[in-house]
Amino acid sequence: MSALLSVDDLSVTFGHGADAVQAVRGIAFAVAEGESFGIVGESGSGKSTVLRAICGLAPVSGGRIALDGAAIPAPRRADFYRRVQMVFQDPYASLHPRHTIDRVLSEPLAIHGFGARGARVEAALEDVGLGHGFRFRYPHQLSGGQRQRVAIARALILEPKILLLDEPTSALDASIQAEVLNLLDRLRAERGLTYVLVSHDLAVVAHMCERLAVMQNGRVVEELTRDALRGHAAEQDYTRTLLRASEGFRKDGAT
Amino acid sequence: MSAILEVENLRVAYPSRQGPVEVVRGVSFALGRERLGIVGESGSGKSQTGRAILGLTAAGGRVTADRLHFDGIDLRGASPRIWRQLRGRRMSMVMQDPKFSLNPVMTIGRQIVEAGRRGGVSRRDAKARALEMLEAVQIRDPGRVFDAYPHELSGGMGQRAMIAMMLVGRPDLLIADEPTSALDVTVQLEVLGILDDLVRDRGMGLVFISHDLRLVSTFCDRVLVMYAGRVVEEIAAADLDRATHPYTRGLLNCLPRIDAEARPLPTLERDADWAR
Ligand SMILES: Nc1ncnc2c1ncn2[C@@H]1O[C@H](COP(=O)(O)OP(=O)(O)OP(=O)(O)O)[C@@H](O)[C@H]1O
Ligand SMILES: Nc1ncnc2c1ncn2[C@@H]1O[C@H](COP(=O)(O)OP(=O)(O)OP(=O)(O)O)[C@@H](O)[C@H]1O
Ligand SMILES: [Mg+2]
Ligand SMILES: [Mg+2]
Repeated sequence: MSALLSVDDLSVTFGHGADAVQAVRGIAFAVAEGESFGIVGESGSGKSTVLRAICGLAPVSGGRIALDGAAIPAPRRADFYRRVQMVFQDPYASLHPRHTIDRVLSEPLAIHGFGARGARVEAALEDVGLGHGFRFRYPHQLSGGQRQRVAIARALILEPKILLLDEPTSALDASIQAEVLNLLDRLRAERGLTYVLVSHDLAVVAHMCERLAVMQNGRVVEELTRDALRGHAAEQDYTRTLLRASEGFRKDGAT
Repeated sequence: MSAILEVENLRVAYPSRQGPVEVVRGVSFALGRERLGIVGESGSGKSQTGRAILGLTAAGGRVTADRLHFDGIDLRGASPRIWRQLRGRRMSMVMQDPKFSLNPVMTIGRQIVEAGRRGGVSRRDAKARALEMLEAVQIRDPGRVFDAYPHELSGGMGQRAMIAMMLVGRPDLLIADEPTSALDVTVQLEVLGILDDLVRDRGMGLVFISHDLRLVSTFCDRVLVMYAGRVVEEIAAADLDRATHPYTRGLLNCLPRIDAEARPLPTLERDADWAR
């Protein structure tokens, strides 16, 4: 398999000396063109940090990140963001509070020299199930799930080849989640997109990804295929605990 | 069961160019010392309902209700003094966007300590309690997180910090808006265990807003289903799979599953009648 995106022995360290936080401790994975790769794992285990590092937004302290076999120049250049877009976990923080949705979506189009911007903005909103009524609102006038969908629309609007998706449907109800996942599925089939998807919902990952990595405390503890996940054929205790916990809350307190 | 919270015909409207738009349209329910789930479509008014109860509706929004009582206190037109006595002490809300709701320039520890001190606890005890709370919500490194700023936390750590902050004041009513949406499933269950204890042992009333049907059906006692600003169905949580409203029924079909393949996922054909 020739990898489109590869991460090799990656480490990320925040801060220095006694206060240093080793968020990512030497992890590796490779994603082929057209593939969808999942990352699940403990809260705080470094999942978002890995995606941010790929985008050049985290202090990498070791290892390599390569696109098409070549190390990605740092700082990231404009053409990188034409190819790679990220949907952040925290849609609120990633949307400018005083910019209308229209501006949030048309600015990247202007920066990258796209034409027919009005029509593209309308289509992008339509794709994520938001009608005309939302185009000239501000982020604080939207519900949590509506904001999350704006963040997805913004990533898709530049027609990137690689999408890094950090909990893209965690604020959506099941019906809208299904629509967004179907949209992502269709786009991948039609345009040969490549995804790296972080989610704590194992069912979402099983649906979207052919392979996945399980992270705990900055490390990948296990990599498995969709079939292995579906068949509950995990090798590590932690992965098995996750599978068991996915069944819901038990009043007897057993987890 | 005596109700700690009574809500009758709650309405929230925002001005728009076409005149006021109602985003909550006549919601009524009573809450005892129980776990009440609220599920519903994105944008259906769940968060707006919660915020209105705590008097946290955004500027410009207009709230009306025939009855809005917390433990016998009429919340309609409550004075700032009454709100200071209630909010953060007797009633709290875990916001859907925790990292946005936390103060970005204050350490997590200070925020939890201040929330705890509103309950009249000394500074030293408040610090010890804050660290205890962080540990209880499964923070690996409570000491570091105590001294950290919100932007230095992961999504799920921010969510847990917010939960710690809201619980440290030992409220009688907690409105938790998607409190575990950023947590991995094992930590999620631990946090639910804490909420469960508070309801069972201390008689806290809990409104649990979530889109996670599996979680709501296993954790809550009762569930309200919201659609377009209204409650369209109320059902015992354990009977969620026997829901009758077509929205609720449709929702369950849309879920992806770990052990079965459905592609594309079923979606909902929404009926304009549901929004009437
Ligand atoms: N700017 C920062 N400064 C210091 N530490 C940070 C910073 N950003 C993240 N961290 C730390 O890095 C670790 C990994 O965080 P990350 O956001 O990658 O976790 P995650 O796996 O995405 O968790 P979640 O599922 O809760 O979102 C955490 O311990 C976090 O506190
Ligand atoms: N400040 C505001 N001005 C105008 N409309 C608003 C404002 N705040 C929220 N709304 C609208 O009110 C409706 C209800 O929002 P609310 O946040 O309660 O939805 P929700 O049920 O919590 O959805 P989600 O599951 O996506 O969080 C939404 O359609 C939203 O766009
Ligand atoms: Mg994260
Ligand atoms: Mg909401």
